[in-house]
Amino acid sequence: MLATKPSAVGDIARRLPVTRSAVSQHLRVLKEAGLVDHQTFGTRNVYRVNLAGVASLRDYFDAIWEKALSDYKAVAEDLYRRQPKEKK
Amino acid sequence: MSSTSANASQASTIATEKIAGMAVRKTIRVDVPQAHAFTVFTEHFGSWWPLATHKIGKQVAVTAIIEPKRGGRWFERSADGTECDWGRVQVWEPPRRLVLTWEVSVDWQPDRTIQTEVEVTFVADGPDRTTVHLEHRKLEEYGEQAEMMRSIFDSEGGYGGILQRFANAASSAELGQEVPCPSDRK
Repeated sequence: MLATKPSAVGDIARRLPVTRSAVSQHLRVLKEAGLVDHQTFGTRNVYRVNLAGVASLRDYFDAIWEKALSDYKAVAEDLYRRQPKEKK
Repeated sequence: MSSTSANASQASTIATEKIAGMAVRKTIRVDVPQAHAFTVFTEHFGSWWPLATHKIGKQVAVTAIIEPKRGGRWFERSADGTECDWGRVQVWEPPRRLVLTWEVSVDWQPDRTIQTEVEVTFVADGPDRTTVHLEHRKLEEYGEQAEMMRSIFDSEGGYGGILQRFANAASSAELGQEVPCPSDRK
């Protein structure tokens, strides 16, 4: 795929002053955002940067705003209905 | 976006180039007057933003605020009063237009190196109807962040600021407690 050098969590953790589980946790977030890919080989979790996923950032933000704007619409209309119709 | 794996694996700058000018655009019609639409978006931001899922701090965020002026802060506030910056107000033109900077990393950490922009325009379609256009642009800034991640994966011994940042983010995730927001807002 697009990856340059897939790395196991342990390999990444070894290069950083943090624990393996902390690295895993952070990678999971990046994975949710589609920035890294992940595969399991037995007990090894291997991660790699997903360049195609970088483009899917658009989908990520699209989903955030889709949700936010529909909530916004609901609140705006609700507030408007409730308030007395005095507009300056 | 048509990136070929052969190209992508050769030049590490390719991803950034390919996604330059990336933006998300949304439009929604709201059955309220323009001024009301603007006010709810800004003054009542905390009442509609999905704070349960989209926030920075580990604590429950009680509200999020857009300060109503050019240069104003855009931030969330948690129950204990901790404030985490999201960005700034770049353009404040009620009731028509608003531009905010969104300086939050994809893993929801304040990150001033990521200067994406959110422009919101409110177009009156009638006395009780407004069309809201939203554009979240400069998303390519995240591509640069992805490039940094890539260099982390690729670097063997280099321990620069990038690595440090990754380490910081990973540590705070590990602590599982409130992430102290950097007080770099000046």
